[in-house]
Amino acid sequence: MNQYDAIVIGAGHNGLTNGAYLAKAGLKVAVLERNPYIGGATVSRELHKGWWYSNCSYVSSLLRPEITRDLELPRHGLQVVSFGGGATFMRNGDHFGNYSDHDRHYREMARHSKRDANAYDRYAADTSLQTKLIRPYLMRTPPDPTSMKPRDLRDLLEFARSFMGLGEEKLLDTIKFWTASVGDYLHEYFETDVIKAHMAGSGIIGTALGVYSPGTAYVLLHHYMGDVDGNVGAWGFARGGMGAIADSLSKAFQSYGGEIICDANVDEIIVKNGKAAGVALKDGTEYKAPIVVSNLDPKRTFLDITNPADLPKDVLKKARNFKIRGSSGKLNIALDGLPVFNGLDPRNRLMAGDLHFSDSLERQERAYDDWKAGTWSKDPYLDMMIPSLTDPTMAPPGKHMMSVFVQYAPPKVEGREWTDEDKDGFEKSVIDQISNYSPNFRDLILHCETRTPREIEAEVGLTEGNIFMGELTFDQLLFNRPFPGYAQYRSPIKGMYMCSSGTHPGGGVMAAPGANAAREILADLKKSNTVPGGYADD
Amino acid sequence: MSDVSRDTMLLTTPFHSRVEAMCDLNDWGNWMGYTTPNAYFDVELEYFALRSTTGVFDLSPMNKYRVTGPDAQRYLDRLITRDVSKIGVNRVGYAIWCDDNGQVMDDGTIFRLGEQDYRICSYQRADDWLAWNKLGFDVTIENESEAVVGLAVQGPTSCTVLTLLGCHDLNQLKPFGIAHYTFEGQPLMVSRTGFTGDLGYEVWIPPESAETLWDQLFQVGHDYLIKPIGSYALELARIEAGFLQANVDFMPAEEVVRVGRTRSPFELGLSWLVDFSKPLFNGRSALLKEQANGSRYRFAMLDVEGNKPAEHSFILKGDKQVGTVTSAAWCPTAKANIAYAQIEMPYGAAGDELVAEIYYQRELHWTRLLAPCKVIDAPIFKSPKRWQTPAPPH
Repeated sequence: MNQYDAIVIGAGHNGLTNGAYLAKAGLKVAVLERNPYIGGATVSRELHKGWWYSNCSYVSSLLRPEITRDLELPRHGLQVVSFGGGATFMRNGDHFGNYSDHDRHYREMARHSKRDANAYDRYAADTSLQTKLIRPYLMRTPPDPTSMKPRDLRDLLEFARSFMGLGEEKLLDTIKFWTASVGDYLHEYFETDVIKAHMAGSGIIGTALGVYSPGTAYVLLHHYMGDVDGNVGAWGFARGGMGAIADSLSKAFQSYGGEIICDANVDEIIVKNGKAAGVALKDGTEYKAPIVVSNLDPKRTFLDITNPADLPKDVLKKARNFKIRGSSGKLNIALDGLPVFNGLDPRNRLMAGDLHFSDSLERQERAYDDWKAGTWSKDPYLDMMIPSLTDPTMAPPGKHMMSVFVQYAPPKVEGREWTDEDKDGFEKSVIDQISNYSPNFRDLILHCETRTPREIEAEVGLTEGNIFMGELTFDQLLFNRPFPGYAQYRSPIKGMYMCSSGTHPGGGVMAAPGANAAREILADLKKSNTVPGGYADD
Repeated sequence: MSDVSRDTMLLTTPFHSRVEAMCDLNDWGNWMGYTTPNAYFDVELEYFALRSTTGVFDLSPMNKYRVTGPDAQRYLDRLITRDVSKIGVNRVGYAIWCDDNGQVMDDGTIFRLGEQDYRICSYQRADDWLAWNKLGFDVTIENESEAVVGLAVQGPTSCTVLTLLGCHDLNQLKPFGIAHYTFEGQPLMVSRTGFTGDLGYEVWIPPESAETLWDQLFQVGHDYLIKPIGSYALELARIEAGFLQANVDFMPAEEVVRVGRTRSPFELGLSWLVDFSKPLFNGRSALLKEQANGSRYRFAMLDVEGNKPAEHSFILKGDKQVGTVTSAAWCPTAKANIAYAQIEMPYGAAGDELVAEIYYQRELHWTRLLAPCKVIDAPIFKSPKRWQTPAPPH
């Protein structure tokens, strides 16, 4: 009774992936979930009858195809459906369209600037080079630069070789890229405001940084390194909403004999003689296991559910200092019909892509200024989608579901907790902005779910509502994620591990942290590995 | 229809005005002498319309032959390898036909429209072959290729869309069933058949109503996210769903010049379509002999490691070359790298582990890759919707 080989805390996509690989190796595994439903931030809920929302995460490109295939997620019901294109609507009534066809895309860019349209190929090649450097490391444990273990030395050498092999010029470009702001990076290619603004969005999404903050060029890369079927950078929806990913992972996990226990709110990881021994729930129930894996972010893992007496001071300090700043919110909207946007034929396929209204870097930076001042952006940056134009299961026929990711929203408003009035104000700033470009939008709203960092933290357990479970800045990436010395999924407590997006390779619905952590756990148990390696890049 | 005043090399189908209006990419191919779209707007998105909403593909260039008369069933039983009597009225059967040497000439579908009334829908032209086989049978054969045009309407919302078009109770139609309706005063035939492995239908109508059918279909389908589909997207779907393609996965026997390049049904994994319990049919004795003595090749579906499609690859067992790939694709829904191969016996049984020798080029640089692969015993894409009756709404 209540005795397992391994317990995973948190039934988000990484927890379920981790559990699935441990169960596949023959371990008796339980995944504990605080909420009455699974998924964490990979969830779909019907909050307005007939409309399904992907309440938190809303697109899927980063989910590693190696895992999808290996765990047979399509057989368990997962269907990822591509969407293409997108647009930024401009204050002057025009727009910039992002077409998936290369030549059509050229013509659209050339409409704004021939030079930018031509420079795009150079931009695409340079950015692809950067993604090619990082992609091989997604399905691997980052090497520890201070370790003398043969595996670490070998991996470090390989890492160094791929960088040194670039040649001096590209190496310097790479170092610059990893530390530059997305604004400065784009300035090197483009002259047109709206083109730069359209592309810069990926550099700030989920990050408490502005388009001119150093480090945001990498965040852009983080959004480009995924793929749907080898089309690097392409994005897709999970049919039925993001919950379909968690559902299929749970079925894969259960097919290997795993057990999911909902309404199980972990109070503390039980440690005996320096070793993990199980978990105690807030209701007093205890589950015993020699392996405990936390899918909570590093702060919650070490500061909330571990007894400080069981941890060395340096880990407590690093957890305290871990950067995990709330920067975004979300509106999910049930619409009575398709909104019409100024300057774009509603039948244009761009409508099914990602839509934005910030037509200059200046506006994006001003939106960040509001965050720094401790309030939500009055003119926010929106990453808006209408998934029901691609997936007919999200809303009744002819009706639509709109997902609006909103940047910026601070974790606290002017230093105090969010109030319901603040939430209304935040919602209003978003709806006002959309209405400025869409005359019929406001009248179509049937229901709106508004999530500030307060709601995201309370419901999903993401500290400060940070969607990546920790900023994706260089000081918190690779062997620094979550912090130096602990980047290989192990904690200082024997038998206790981490598998969340707070570990390498970071946030986004990748499932790579969960899989990589399982590989390390199985190695420690001297069990044969069940986790696939990454596809070789070409 | 085509401009008769101008003798163009390629013809256009009766849907062409509508197809052309939607073909944003302006990317055309030649299918059986007709101008047909390779892609309308984005191959990947078209493919995903097939898998998530509804995709519409113009089937008009398919060859259609009406077979009627007192001996129609006996005639077809001579012609094809399966037992035609098992295809009921208003049912469709997938079929292959062989030459006298038991080598596959083509595959297609047999629609049973009445007691002694059938329509053969084939990829290849078959007028000559059908005429020779008529000797001694009281049947009439009519080439209906231009008299009936068709659209494949395939995907999860296809039943809903066609129901809105006026095909009442369509959700009750079983797989391989046929239903008859009237559309704008014309007979509209709907069969629950297709080439995509998912819920889907083919609709058949006289050419005069083609444009109206297209218009109304896209009108009622709008809210169900209907999209036109070109041949590239269909190719991806059919590989994922496990369908063979004449001239790609086998050579029509009558067109083969070089000795040994034809294939028997057994060599294409189609033994389930051969029924020896019925009397004489074309190829019967040769196939019986092959059954007794063994085949030369085996058709294998391969699950290939990695994500590089094994196009045109050699298949190895150890150092020995034992086969070649005919079709290959990274399958976007199944997230699997699938190849069809013809493998020399005795290799290629389900579970056999082989190696695909893949060549691919990036920026003018060729790479040779040896990818382990495993023979699987069923197509990788399996949609429960394909077999559900009543058909699901989406």
